[in-house]
Amino acid sequence: MRHIISVLLENESGALARLVGLFAQRGYNIDSLTVAPTEDATLSRLTLVTHGNDQVIEQITKQLHKLIEVVKLTDLNESPHLERELMLVKVKASGAARDEVKRCADIFRGQIIDVTTSTYTVQLVGTSDKLDAFIQALSTTIILEVVRSGVSGIARGEKTLAL
Amino acid sequence: MTSQTKQTEMLSGAAMIIRALADEGVEYLYGYPGGAVLHIYDALFQQTKVKHVLVRHEQAATHMADAYARASGKAGAVLVTSGPGATNAVTGIATAYMDSIPMVVLTGQVMSHLIGEDAFQETDMLGISRPICKHNMSVRRPEDIPAIIKKAFYIAQSGRPGPVVIDIPKDMTIPSQTFPYHYPSEVKLRSYQPKLKGHSGQIKKAVTALLAAKRPILYAGGGVIMGGASKELTELAQLLNLPVTNTLMGLGCYPSGDKQFIGMLGMHGSYEANQTMHNADLILAVGARFDDRVTNNTKKFCPDATIIHIDIDPASISKTVNAHIPIVGLVKPVLEDMLELLAQKKKKLDTAALKKWWQQIDDWRALHGGRYDNAAPMLKPQYVIEQLSKITKGNAYVCSDVGQHQMFAAQYYGFNKPNRWINSGGLGTMGFGLPAAMGVKLNYPDEDVVCVTGEGSIQMNIQELSTCKQYGLAVKIINLNNGYLGMVKQWQDMNYESRYASSYMDSLPDFVKLAEAYGHVGIRVTEPEQLIPALERAFALKDQLVFLDIHIDPKEHVYPMHIPGGAMNDMFLSKTERT
Repeated sequence: MRHIISVLLENESGALARLVGLFAQRGYNIDSLTVAPTEDATLSRLTLVTHGNDQVIEQITKQLHKLIEVVKLTDLNESPHLERELMLVKVKASGAARDEVKRCADIFRGQIIDVTTSTYTVQLVGTSDKLDAFIQALSTTIILEVVRSGVSGIARGEKTLAL
Repeated sequence: MTSQTKQTEMLSGAAMIIRALADEGVEYLYGYPGGAVLHIYDALFQQTKVKHVLVRHEQAATHMADAYARASGKAGAVLVTSGPGATNAVTGIATAYMDSIPMVVLTGQVMSHLIGEDAFQETDMLGISRPICKHNMSVRRPEDIPAIIKKAFYIAQSGRPGPVVIDIPKDMTIPSQTFPYHYPSEVKLRSYQPKLKGHSGQIKKAVTALLAAKRPILYAGGGVIMGGASKELTELAQLLNLPVTNTLMGLGCYPSGDKQFIGMLGMHGSYEANQTMHNADLILAVGARFDDRVTNNTKKFCPDATIIHIDIDPASISKTVNAHIPIVGLVKPVLEDMLELLAQKKKKLDTAALKKWWQQIDDWRALHGGRYDNAAPMLKPQYVIEQLSKITKGNAYVCSDVGQHQMFAAQYYGFNKPNRWINSGGLGTMGFGLPAAMGVKLNYPDEDVVCVTGEGSIQMNIQELSTCKQYGLAVKIINLNNGYLGMVKQWQDMNYESRYASSYMDSLPDFVKLAEAYGHVGIRVTEPEQLIPALERAFALKDQLVFLDIHIDPKEHVYPMHIPGGAMNDMFLSKTERT
């Protein structure tokens, strides 16, 4: 099952390498990973998407906890949560396809953020499923480049992951 | 020792390192000098509190520090240079990590401005050591050194212990640059607060389950030894008349001479221990981690057992075998809490059921009980270990290498005290034994310290005979020489129709002459009747290292042995018998 794990990590050199290394070393999967400092410059917030059965996910969270630089973590799947991913797609946009791409981007509430005479760059934000659906809606022949940020997540309601 | 003088002392980074070690109570620093650590060595030279032990290979320095930690419970300290010095220490760091041994390893590094430029003797030691240590850090500002060293010892020794590596660029130690020195008295980390006490609700649950058991077993591992909880464990076992088995790492945490001790369990565990585990209805696991060398096939593992698992590391619980009642905490306070609850309840286990259980266990014990055939003309390794145990009254520090001799020592020495059986259980590091024995002997000069080894393992760090001469380390080396890599040969006998692919050690040195060349005493034992006089002579020579080259029967296998893929109680019992 797919899980989104949110981690507060000491913003120190080597901390990220240690965390990523743990996944490689123990054979866990990383489907996506986003990381950036928070409003507190000493902390990084990391969102990691992984998959595995309950036993594997339990081991992942326990092993992450053991890393000295991991301050706190939560498995977002344990409660209602929001997830968002940002995607930039560069597509061929000439002839009839030019209007079709525009319409499709509108339907998905994407924005065209860069234009040339022959290409559009579409920015789209949403769940990973939505981004997948957008890619499927476009003809593969017109896609030039896809950049995805990986998932960022946060719990719904008053629940927080903070110090 | 404190540094709290009224005026703040100004020290160089190099001097701060040594002073911080002294303030931490480090007596011996094991190491080897080199370019990147020369400032530190110069600082060492100018003081007397921290004594340096010069090994002949950095791996030995790590094993010495590691063995000191295993014997004393306190972290050992190591200093090596950058590049090859650091990489030579890697095996020792991994060895300590796998067995949860506290150790602080200081590795030199090239100057900060050269890092990343493939400078001479540069290696990414932080990267290399990351997966094999509990934590690692680098020094970026010399003034941080005291806090970093304090933090390293704290992390190494608290929670589930382990090695910590500190990488020190050379420019952090320049003698002319001085900084105010203050050694912190404590360290607090917001991201690391190991749990100490167990959850009281879980402990209650565990006690209730334990008291309801009809076929209980206490399965105790290395955590009891590192957690200093032998006394509490023994008290609990004896209060409830529980059968006790130890893991390879746990030997000595319960007195082996006691009738409730049923031997080591696992791949080469005793017949009765493996049977008792398999048939138990309750397993109380204390500071043990259900390692694959214990469980055999986890799918067939102890089908009837309710499992209570006490461990400081939550990740060790339900990792390979699901625990029904997990208790996270240091084993000592958890066992104390259990004892207190039991005292309040004043209840014991079902006496009739327990009596029946013990009858069954005694029947198993009678069936095998560690027997071996001592009839052959050549010396049997089991017999050698038994005699070693006899002459040292079961009280020696026994440091083992890895292989058949390790298993024979584990099975036949009979450990009655904790911290006396020192071996590389997790990583299985050949070459561990001699440096380990040196580390113990240096710190416990009045005790008998033995290195049980084989002609394969001993040659992996034999250069340390020279270090032994320099520091007068009178260890006794029991070289069980069968001319083969015995455990490899055993597997080849059992699984590869005795095709001895590279398990035969042709062209062995004359170990007696070799020992003499290093300035020690060598004794060769080829006949059974020579053994006891040789042992007597060796242990009478209090101040001498004695290398006993004991020629043993090369055909001997270690039994019992788990049948691969089977349950705990599926075992080969001899070359011709199996369960």
